[in-house]
Amino acid sequence: MPHIEIDGKTIEVAPGATLMDAANQAGIFIPHFCYHKKLSIAANCRMCLVEVEKAPKPLPACATPVTEGMKVRTHSAKAVAAQKGVMELLLINHPLDCPICDQGGECQLQDLAVGYGASASRYAEPKRVVREKDLGPLIATDMTRCIHCSRCVRFSQEIAGRMELGMVHRGEHTEVMPFLEQQMHSELSGNVIDLCPVGALTSKPFRYSARTWELSRRKSISPHDGLGANLQLHTKDNRVYRVVPQENEAINECWLADRDRYAYEALNSEERLTRPMVRDGDKWIEVDWQKALNQAAGALRVLRDTHGGNALAALASPHQTLEELHLLQKLMRGLGSGRIEHRLGQADFSGDAKRQGVTWLGMPIAELNQLQRVLLIGATLRKEQPLIAQRLRQAVKFGAQLNVLHAADDDLYCRVANKLIVKPSAWVNALAQVAKALQEAGASLPAELAGQLNDITVSDSARAIAASLNTGERKALLLGAVAQNHPAAAQLHQLVAAIAAACGAKLGFLSPAANSVGAQLVGVQSGPVALDAKGYLLLGVEPELDAHNGPELLKALQAAECVVALTAFKGRVMDYADVVLPIAPFSETAGSFVNMEGRLQSFHAAVTPQGEARPAWKVLRVLGNLFNLAGFEQNSAEEVRQEALPQGEAGIAARLDNAIHGVALALQPPGAGIERLGEVPIYQLDPLVRRAPALQQTQDARDAACAWASGALIQRLNLIDGEHVRVRQAGAEAVLRLCRDDRLPDDVLRVAAAHPLTAGLAGRFGAISVEAV
Amino acid sequence: MRHGGQAFLELGKPNNGGTKIFSVSGHVNKPGNYEVGLGTPFAELLAMAGGVRSGHKLKAVIPGGSSAPVLPGEVMMDLTMDFDSIAKAGSMLGSGAVIVMDDSVCMVKALERLAYFYFEESCGQCTPCREGTGWMYRVVHRIEHGEGRPEDLDLLMSVGDNIAGRTICALGDAAVGPVQSFIKHFRQEFEYHIEHKKCLVGA
Repeated sequence: MPHIEIDGKTIEVAPGATLMDAANQAGIFIPHFCYHKKLSIAANCRMCLVEVEKAPKPLPACATPVTEGMKVRTHSAKAVAAQKGVMELLLINHPLDCPICDQGGECQLQDLAVGYGASASRYAEPKRVVREKDLGPLIATDMTRCIHCSRCVRFSQEIAGRMELGMVHRGEHTEVMPFLEQQMHSELSGNVIDLCPVGALTSKPFRYSARTWELSRRKSISPHDGLGANLQLHTKDNRVYRVVPQENEAINECWLADRDRYAYEALNSEERLTRPMVRDGDKWIEVDWQKALNQAAGALRVLRDTHGGNALAALASPHQTLEELHLLQKLMRGLGSGRIEHRLGQADFSGDAKRQGVTWLGMPIAELNQLQRVLLIGATLRKEQPLIAQRLRQAVKFGAQLNVLHAADDDLYCRVANKLIVKPSAWVNALAQVAKALQEAGASLPAELAGQLNDITVSDSARAIAASLNTGERKALLLGAVAQNHPAAAQLHQLVAAIAAACGAKLGFLSPAANSVGAQLVGVQSGPVALDAKGYLLLGVEPELDAHNGPELLKALQAAECVVALTAFKGRVMDYADVVLPIAPFSETAGSFVNMEGRLQSFHAAVTPQGEARPAWKVLRVLGNLFNLAGFEQNSAEEVRQEALPQGEAGIAARLDNAIHGVALALQPPGAGIERLGEVPIYQLDPLVRRAPALQQTQDARDAACAWASGALIQRLNLIDGEHVRVRQAGAEAVLRLCRDDRLPDDVLRVAAAHPLTAGLAGRFGAISVEAV
Repeated sequence: MRHGGQAFLELGKPNNGGTKIFSVSGHVNKPGNYEVGLGTPFAELLAMAGGVRSGHKLKAVIPGGSSAPVLPGEVMMDLTMDFDSIAKAGSMLGSGAVIVMDDSVCMVKALERLAYFYFEESCGQCTPCREGTGWMYRVVHRIEHGEGRPEDLDLLMSVGDNIAGRTICALGDAAVGPVQSFIKHFRQEFEYHIEHKKCLVGA
């Protein structure tokens, strides 16, 4: 380990470290712009020039590796002269429009100019003006402010995986711009706002709305995907103005997906429910809480007393907090009902009886970067788990082999070693092929499975995947949301478990929702979604969108005698509910989420609930009191959490287990005909995201409104790409624009689930037909 | 090749062995490429190139390509064409592209052209060169066009100090070489330009 002297301190640093690393280690700040710990070294801003003994010129700290005995002065006259010289040159063409710049107050250039800039400029020539770029609905540009640090360019290439921004032209005319007037479509695009050291790239929805020093910072946890990204909610006047990442190296590092960053807009949506309401015939009446709660409790009690506890069912969103989910199941079980479910999107519950544990990622999130072999099963990864996709991208960069089984050959923005792209009904067979190939290669499959694979013919792709999984170390098989919602989810799980055992891989579930693991832990799962209950209690769900078969559930709700909906948004709740209780979204209540790696993360309310909305845990507690149930005396969310998970994280770890046994395989060849691939689109995941205006203007949101087919399929059906078509599935139909995607097999029609335009279709998979309108 | 390395070495002078091809351009009667032993006096090289245009006197020479600092003609006439001697005089032999300027040359205009070249050629990757070459060019351009200010010359020297030695590649240093040397050796001419808003040459 080399020793160096930096500003008079002698320290020992890791071999290969740079002077910037050494300075950080020694607690010395060297001014910089282009340097970023997560990005490659550019050394182009020249702000970090330091004096190194025996070097004739000042050297950039970010790009100079340490050598034994090096003597470095970061604040000597020579170093400071160089730094000030660079600062002057950075500022000459900068507009210095801080008073009208959104970055003002949190700008690296502004901050460093205080220490290294002169009070007046010596530059008397005309300044550069740069044309604005349209990067889409999320990112505002003021490119004249750009100092060409290239962080955004390196981010798009190295982290987001696709070079959506580049440096164009030369010299003083150099500009950062997207390729050929395109916008930024990356699901991680918002990170360039944090990376931009000046106000060239700022948040479009947040623009001109508040100053950084007016905002209070509240730590929180993302309520969207299963990653549990750590957030900072920036609030003012009891309103969330923006969301930025809270760094957590083990989870989101310093990044956020756009979904986590921009969904906050929904918190202030017009759609928010702010007063309890009850149905009176065809009319809706706003009432006080007392009356609404009494009416809800009264109606449910009558149903329970007349038809028994199991006439009641609860459906909950896995985006609700652990405390809310715990009290919901406690209430339902107290009323004698065992029908409580959070997996509304799931079709196959036959695996429930075949496994014991709570399904989870199977490893810590941070270990994903170290994997050498991965098989992704039914994961639309970039859209389901944008930051997990980023981690796997880094693993691939370091040599991991990524294998994919899916019905769409989406670009993951990294190298894919082998892939099996077949329609959903062929997935069980495809996995069986991989299992058999492993068996043929000498791996031993669990006995219960070994005999079932005799009739399987192994394809070359399956053999290649098996060969990949049979080599290397640190392997994982990851089941995505599409696989979890698949009509044969249990068989997929069983086969993946067998393959994992045969090749020594970990088996993981990419939990689709912030609290998928938490909901399982508190027992909000009882099997198939109840369609015959007399009374329903809904917690944060939008049944027509969240359910695997929306119309079926909607019909059941409309047929029920009483539906009590706890929800933050109006949505279509008036179509089926009888009592509507406005609840607080995550920003307005204390609570906890358990993420896919089993990490319990609690947060406080950042603002108070809007209008008369109340935290759902309090509402459920009062409902418990109204039913005179025991154990509803909690005074805080902490108390509820303590009750739900008395041993905290330690207790969670013991219950996480992806093992499954005894699922019989139905290995018939897949049927002929076109099949639907129905994924939950990235910006339709939960009620918040669905109401975030900026996210709904993105390309991803527009894409979700289309039916996608390969060019060959479009031609075969005599349809025209770009025109509207009618898709029919199980007697239901929808009219969508037809778009071409040659990355789809010729027998797959990609039609988004959980989307208003497709909510009338029955089931996310299965036979579908398409015809001209 | 036939006489071996030692013989080639001896064509030059100690520490500056062998020959070099000089590409003499500018105000000479016979511009062209001349291969001579290192250490050949500049006067001899100039004579080989046919001497300065008739009717004109030697004013200045850029001895090693446009990035090499300019030297006044009288200094050059006492120098030999080799690395050490040119370096000692404050310039560099560089590429061996010898640019000869006679007394018809306006040094401000010449520098404006050189500064424009570096402004145009900067790749823009790093800050000092991207921003600094344009700044230097614009100031020289102003002086040439009668809009110079007395403080501009010190400013140019200082901006040059902020660029040289702080860039990723050598283009930053190259851009500064002519600016600082032109002002150093021909400051009077620049001052005349600033004060009288016109050229000393031909005035």
